[in-house]
Amino acid sequence: MNSSAPYRETDADRAATPVVSCRDLGKTYMLGERPLEVLKGISFDIMPAEFVAIMGPSGSGKSTLLNLIGALDTPTKGHLLIDGTDIASLDSDALAHLRNRMIGFVFQQFNLLRRTSALENVKLPLLYSERPVPDPDAVALRRLEQVGLADRKNHTSAQLSGGQQQRVAIARALVGDPKLILADEPTGALDTRTSKDIMDLFAKLHEEGMIIIMVTHEPDIAAYAGRLLRFRDGQLVDDVRQVPKAIP
Amino acid sequence: MNLESYLRSALAAIRLNAMRSLLTALGVIIGVASVIVMSAIGSGARQEVERSISRLGTNMLTVSPGSARMGPSQGGAGTAPPLSEDDMQAIRERIAGVEAVTASLSVGATVVYGNQNWSTSINGTSASYPLVRDWDVAEGRYFDSAEVVRGAKVAVVGSTVARQLFGGGAAVGERMRIAGAPFEVIGVMETRGQAGGFRDQDDVIFIPVTTARARLVGQSVTVPNQVGSILVKIEDGGDLANAQDEITGLLQQRRRIRPGEQDDFRIRNVAEIVQARTAAQRTLTWLLAATAAVSLVVGGIGIMNIMLVSVTERTREIGLRLAVGARRRDILAQFLTESIVLCLAGGLIGLALGLGAAYAISVMAGWPVLISSMIIMIGIGASASVGIAFGYIPARKAAHLNPIDALRYE
Repeated sequence: MNSSAPYRETDADRAATPVVSCRDLGKTYMLGERPLEVLKGISFDIMPAEFVAIMGPSGSGKSTLLNLIGALDTPTKGHLLIDGTDIASLDSDALAHLRNRMIGFVFQQFNLLRRTSALENVKLPLLYSERPVPDPDAVALRRLEQVGLADRKNHTSAQLSGGQQQRVAIARALVGDPKLILADEPTGALDTRTSKDIMDLFAKLHEEGMIIIMVTHEPDIAAYAGRLLRFRDGQLVDDVRQVPKAIP
Repeated sequence: MNLESYLRSALAAIRLNAMRSLLTALGVIIGVASVIVMSAIGSGARQEVERSISRLGTNMLTVSPGSARMGPSQGGAGTAPPLSEDDMQAIRERIAGVEAVTASLSVGATVVYGNQNWSTSINGTSASYPLVRDWDVAEGRYFDSAEVVRGAKVAVVGSTVARQLFGGGAAVGERMRIAGAPFEVIGVMETRGQAGGFRDQDDVIFIPVTTARARLVGQSVTVPNQVGSILVKIEDGGDLANAQDEITGLLQQRRRIRPGEQDDFRIRNVAEIVQARTAAQRTLTWLLAATAAVSLVVGGIGIMNIMLVSVTERTREIGLRLAVGARRRDILAQFLTESIVLCLAGGLIGLALGLGAAYAISVMAGWPVLISSMIIMIGIGASASVGIAFGYIPARKAAHLNPIDALRYE
């Protein structure tokens, strides 16, 4: 590494290494005696700073793919490398650690803990961090500020609107400094205006360099992404780059 | 995740369903309370037995007449021919390892001193009684063999009698009437105290056995030199069981009991006597122990049931925790902590209730109750064990949930 221009070179290095790399990736579930092939050997890479939307009808394998990338499941065929690590080689504890360190999840139904304050919800991933976080309250509060909800830190989820709950969930996804954010229909439970706010937040995070992989079935939402993957019957049928919808 | 987080999460979950948690813990509360009461009564009784044994002397045998052999039917205890001083002599002379023997012929009587009177037990003994019982006089002296031989009207009073009749004043040298006959008080015994929470050992008057036989027992004397029972003291380090066997053989011979026939006398050692007296207490202790064990198990099943419900209710939470990086053992520890905290809280409440109940029993029923730190540790240990034993299956179920299914669980 040349010390005279370290920044550019590092950037270039990172750009050269895919954060997510699928090679002939397949997943087959056993439904009783009958095998059901949900993903039929797909290959693609996701590079740093990409915002990828995954679309496809239900049963197309997009959720299965998201679970695999999220290290919630392991492939039955091919390879999936996350930041260079083949997840097939990891045991349950190592997968948990990888999720904690690398991935922030955002769900359609928010999945906040009931009757628990926004701050406590955001702090949750820090509890499972391998190394103790010195001041988890301060870290969590900073993420709440980032999503514009610092003043609601003591509100429980029942006292927050849907959009606010999803913001808390995004702050929770960000709290452990993950490499990528996986969002599964993040606006599926929100109205159009709130959806737009949430997508603006994602676009902003993307501008700041976060990798976002998002499953959606709404073209309006997918329009925020710079790359669109379409799935049908367990196969990748389309992989296009597009000009993302700009933040107004 | 550290212990503090587990505890906070457990307390939060318990508070969230406060009423349900309390009802769930009720089984453990009752179980631990019964464990405490049971142990307190049990160890209280045991301590009393031990104290009584050491007070009565462990190297002493009591020989008393048993039930008579009367054809096919049996008489009650004491219906057999009585023992005599001759039996006592024979035991002293022919049994090895006997340090001393004494007789006891007991009868109830009213004692009068001035305008005081007191009903008590009159115990006719030989001069060796203090030696056999390891029980000395506090004041004055015990009667000697000469006084026994001539049937002197002298008495040695127990401390309770001394207090009741002489009101704490000097008793030695005073004259009193026992069943109408005048006696001179020549000594006061040391205070012995309660024997195993039963009768007061100090509420007694000792007189020579000859005097008792002639003046007090009167017409119910059926054999010459009759005594009620014979107390045998075995030498220190002597073989109590062997002496008991030899005395049995001697008396069988003297009383012409043929091989195969039932003995018409009984030889008991002190431990047996006291243990027989505490048998009822022990039965109750076992009953309570069984109750305690059953309620702890029932309580544990309640805990398991509610923890399974809790795991099902919180499936999505578990899925989320797994998704954000919880390892399976984190989830296991979290739910195990919750059931242990629940059981421990129940255990502490049960502990308080049990201590209160044990105290109430000791005050109201007058039973000896012993509350030790050991019992408290048993109570807390038992509740924590229930938490672990019955919380493990639900916690394991939670830990082995598939995160994908758990996150989608409705």
